[in-house]
Amino acid sequence: MVVAVVQFGGSNCDRDAVRALSHVGVDAERVWHADGLPDDVDGVVLPGGFSYGDYLRAGAMAARAPVMDEVRAVAADGVPVLGVCNGAQVGCEAGLVPGAFATNAGVRFRCERVHVRVERADTPFTSAYEEGAVLELPIAHGEGRFEAGAETYSRLVDDDRVIFRYCDADGTVGAANPNGSRGAVAGLLGDEPSVAVLMPHPERATLPRLSSGDGAGILRAFAR
Amino acid sequence: MLVTTYTATVTVRPKQGVLDPEADTTRRALERLGFELQGLRSADRFEVDLEADSAAAARDRADEMAERLLANPTVHDYEVAVAER
Repeated sequence: MVVAVVQFGGSNCDRDAVRALSHVGVDAERVWHADGLPDDVDGVVLPGGFSYGDYLRAGAMAARAPVMDEVRAVAADGVPVLGVCNGAQVGCEAGLVPGAFATNAGVRFRCERVHVRVERADTPFTSAYEEGAVLELPIAHGEGRFEAGAETYSRLVDDDRVIFRYCDADGTVGAANPNGSRGAVAGLLGDEPSVAVLMPHPERATLPRLSSGDGAGILRAFAR
Repeated sequence: MLVTTYTATVTVRPKQGVLDPEADTTRRALERLGFELQGLRSADRFEVDLEADSAAAARDRADEMAERLLANPTVHDYEVAVAER
């Protein structure tokens, strides 16, 4: 019973993820990507950071590392996989999730607390919340603008795969969009329903003395 | 079979209609410097040296490189030009 937090060169939220997972009672360990996933892996976190210095595109290099074939395989078996920030970019680049995270519309790196609305509560990653709940989570990214072609985006909406949207403190989606994401998408499910990615950092909003604590429910996906 | 060395030039640019905030910012900076311009587009260029049996084979390989890594089809178009070295 262990959740693997996959560490690439340049990952920097891997320790935070392990600590936050421990806080919600999940046994987690850092796994160096070249060592592969442990045999008994029960979950995978692709952590935030700047893997491979964001060369080419954020997440592009890590997405082609051999460990990602293993991640694809366990995801197909229903093992939960969560990509956070750079991990979300890796997930998109690896084709686990459609679309891409491109340079923020305002070009600036955004490091602040934002609100996101829970768009559906019937996924492992959101079942700790009510649908429509507003969470306060930190973001820290320069390339978080979710892009998808018109056809792909409408398929995502039709299939109800958007799980978090940026919103105002009162839950209104529209004006609040820190990076210009299409449809204010902050997080979505992958092609496998056991996969989710999001740009905000739930692991930085889990330990109670540091934050809102609002992110803990997302990590509880791994406690089941 | 004769093997020739080629350079495949792969140009990767934002798709029509996809926001390019870096190009927009660069354009504004040029305008601030007093330049007049009507538009600015940015692109990444990769020059790949490779040995292949024919220009067509070199192009096919460079195409696949673009498909699998150099471009992201969600946001990019790309073109490949092949020349003998």
